[in-house]
Amino acid sequence: METREKIKKLSIIGFSGDFDKLVAVFTLASGAAAVGYEVNLFFTFWGLNVIKKKGGRSFVGKGFLARFFNFLMGGKNNVPLSRLNFGGISPKLMTGMMKSKNVATLEELIEASKAVGVNFYACEMSMHILGITKNDFIPDIKEVIGVAKFLELSEDGETLFI
Amino acid sequence: MKTKQLDITHEHCPMTFVKTKIELSKLSEDEVLEVLLLEGEPLTNIPKSVESQGYKVLSINQHQGNIHKVLISK
Repeated sequence: METREKIKKLSIIGFSGDFDKLVAVFTLASGAAAVGYEVNLFFTFWGLNVIKKKGGRSFVGKGFLARFFNFLMGGKNNVPLSRLNFGGISPKLMTGMMKSKNVATLEELIEASKAVGVNFYACEMSMHILGITKNDFIPDIKEVIGVAKFLELSEDGETLFI
Repeated sequence: MKTKQLDITHEHCPMTFVKTKIELSKLSEDEVLEVLLLEGEPLTNIPKSVESQGYKVLSINQHQGNIHKVLISK
C-alpha cells in the first residue's frame, strides 16, 4: 500500500464577521502557516465581509435587497466586536489598544496571512445569496468553492469553525 | 557567511513566527539569520518550529538579560 507522508494542515471555516473572531481566524492562520502548516481559510456568510475589496460600507452585489444587506454589513473596516460593540466604537478602541501594546491588528494579521502563503477560499452558496462575485473580493481569493471541495482540501488535517 | 539580523523581542504571537518565517524564506545558502528573541514562548518554540521546517539551528546563546540570540541557516 502506498504510504503517504502526513501533511500538517489547518482548515478554518470563517463564518463570523465579528472583529474578535476574525482576529482569532487570522492569528491562527498566519501562525500556523509560519510554522509550516498548509492553511486553508474558507469564508462563508458573515465571514465574507472581511475579504471584500471595499473595506467600508458600499452597495455591492446584484439586486436591491442584496445591495442593501451588503451596505449594512460593510467590509473589514467596520466589522463589529461580538460583545460591547457600542455602535462600532469598540473595534476602533481595541485596534488602538492592540497598536499601543505592539500586538498585530486585524489588518496586519490579514497581510501577514497573505505573506506566509495562507490559501483563501470563498463560499459559492453564500455569495449567491448576497449577489456578490469573486470580483467583489480581494484578489487573494484563490477560488470560489463549495462543501465538496472544502472537504477535499481539509481532509487529513485539523478543521475549525469560527 | 553573511549574517542577517532580525529582532523580534518587541513582537508577540503570531508575528514572532511570521517575521521569522518571512526572513528565512528570503535567506540564501551562504547566509545566516541571527534572531534576537525573548525567553518563554519565542525561545521555546521558534527554534523548534524552524527545525521542523528543515532549517538548521546553529546556536542558541544568551544575549543580555532575558534576550537570546538564535543562529539559523538553511
